[in-house]
Amino acid sequence: MLVVTCPVCGAKGDETDFHYGGQAHIRRPATHDPVNISDEEQRDYLFIRNNPKGLHFERWRCDRGCGKWFHAARDTQSLEFKAFYGIIELPPEELQKEAKGPWADYFKKRAKAKA
Amino acid sequence: MTQRYSIFSLARNAMGYHMDWEKAWRSPAPKSEYDAVIVGAGGHGLATAYYLAKNHKMTNIAVVEKGWLGGGNTGRNTTIIRSNYLQDPSIAIYELARSLYENLSQELNFNMMFSPRGVMMLCQTEHEFRAFKRTAHANRLAGLDCRMITPAEVKEIVPIINDDPTCRYPILGAYYQPRGGTGRHDAVAWGYARGADALGVDIIQNCEVTGIRREGGKVVGLDTAKGTIKTKKIGVVAAGHVSTIMDMAGVRMPIESLCLQALVSEPIKPVIDCVVMANTVHGYISQSDKGELVIGGGTDPYNNYSQRGSFTALEHTVTALVETFPIISRLRMLRQWGGIVDMTGDRSPIIGKTDVDGLYVNCGWGTGGFKAIPGSGWVFADTMANDRPHPIAEPFSLNRFTEGRLIDESVAAAVAH
Repeated sequence: MLVVTCPVCGAKGDETDFHYGGQAHIRRPATHDPVNISDEEQRDYLFIRNNPKGLHFERWRCDRGCGKWFHAARDTQSLEFKAFYGIIELPPEELQKEAKGPWADYFKKRAKAKA
Repeated sequence: MTQRYSIFSLARNAMGYHMDWEKAWRSPAPKSEYDAVIVGAGGHGLATAYYLAKNHKMTNIAVVEKGWLGGGNTGRNTTIIRSNYLQDPSIAIYELARSLYENLSQELNFNMMFSPRGVMMLCQTEHEFRAFKRTAHANRLAGLDCRMITPAEVKEIVPIINDDPTCRYPILGAYYQPRGGTGRHDAVAWGYARGADALGVDIIQNCEVTGIRREGGKVVGLDTAKGTIKTKKIGVVAAGHVSTIMDMAGVRMPIESLCLQALVSEPIKPVIDCVVMANTVHGYISQSDKGELVIGGGTDPYNNYSQRGSFTALEHTVTALVETFPIISRLRMLRQWGGIVDMTGDRSPIIGKTDVDGLYVNCGWGTGGFKAIPGSGWVFADTMANDRPHPIAEPFSLNRFTEGRLIDESVAAAVAH
């Protein structure tokens, strides 16, 4: 059983009190550039998913509490939550550094874009 | 094959207290180079190796496996075999597999215990009734031996079913495939392993892949726990772990790995002699030859590599089945387990080439891969040997996600996930 804590209202419960929303930090490319979007970008948005064995970043919704969406960092092997953070936030720095594979690439890209 | 299994070999070995049986397959050390390497010694991987050797005469090949052969989803499913899917490409591949299962025991000289006892998919809402009727028409056009049956026929085939018309989800009919059934899942892995080994295929267990070597746009080999192996063709057949392997090659996949659980009850006398699937209430059931009721249900929603699912999912499945089969309410459950299934967006598999030359992938079978093993191996071996998709595999290519050419089977799955 997963024990989830909502970072918005502080409600704590198991996974049946929350709703899983899949991979976090996916942007819909057509929102920003509806004209020039390629088939590959649309495919990545709709279907391609980070699927790490280990640290993963995902969306959850506080179903039986405040109803808000939020983010969580979770290990997909131990099922342990590492952090809960807001829906417009990035995960804590140390978790961004810990991330591997496609997630590591993503956070590097975000940091670069910010700089 | 050096030693044939038969009633005579059984009798002869009984005289020797069964001390003289040959090993069913070798455990060789990997060679430095192969013509092709399959990653993953589950049913699909071993079937691929067998058909590569048998149909395409590629015998200098290896199957590498992280754990032991058949230790993943091949040995964790509920052994159901059917082919009554909705879309034409799915019907083609699942029916190829089902028809190969019919003669597999004879071909491999290994008892698969294929039991075409019939698969029944219950209709418990008007919507479900209409949806299955649509599937029935599609299947009849494709020439499958399937039909809709009435509640009275359902009761006749499965006397223990709750036929109370006033219950929450009454039986309105069922979609029935009499040629579907069950098989022995371990035997499928063992039979293909023995058959492939006899044709010269090296099956290397306890040999985790740690890297895929690329030179430019093509593969040149792979790093494993037992050293580097050179090869020009790699077939990745790693089910729930396919993303981790493909990440090594830099190929991103439209796959998420979830945990699907199953459980068996204590053994009881025969009460149900077909497979019953109840989609609306989320559960399916059959009875093994040992008398255990084999029960499966839905996946947990979240990504999971732990092979352990939640109690919530189990409770949901069991609740549904107790409502449908009231006599099982006091049965005790013996074992429960989970397997990591590779789910695609359209719930159809991915079979074929990738953007990297020599790298082939066969995955995305999700919650229903066991039934497809012979057909999947058959078309994937052909695809790898000839470096072009087999006609039956062609619609399942990876680029269907780019082209938006989905094969939507989310409604035709036995249980919606």
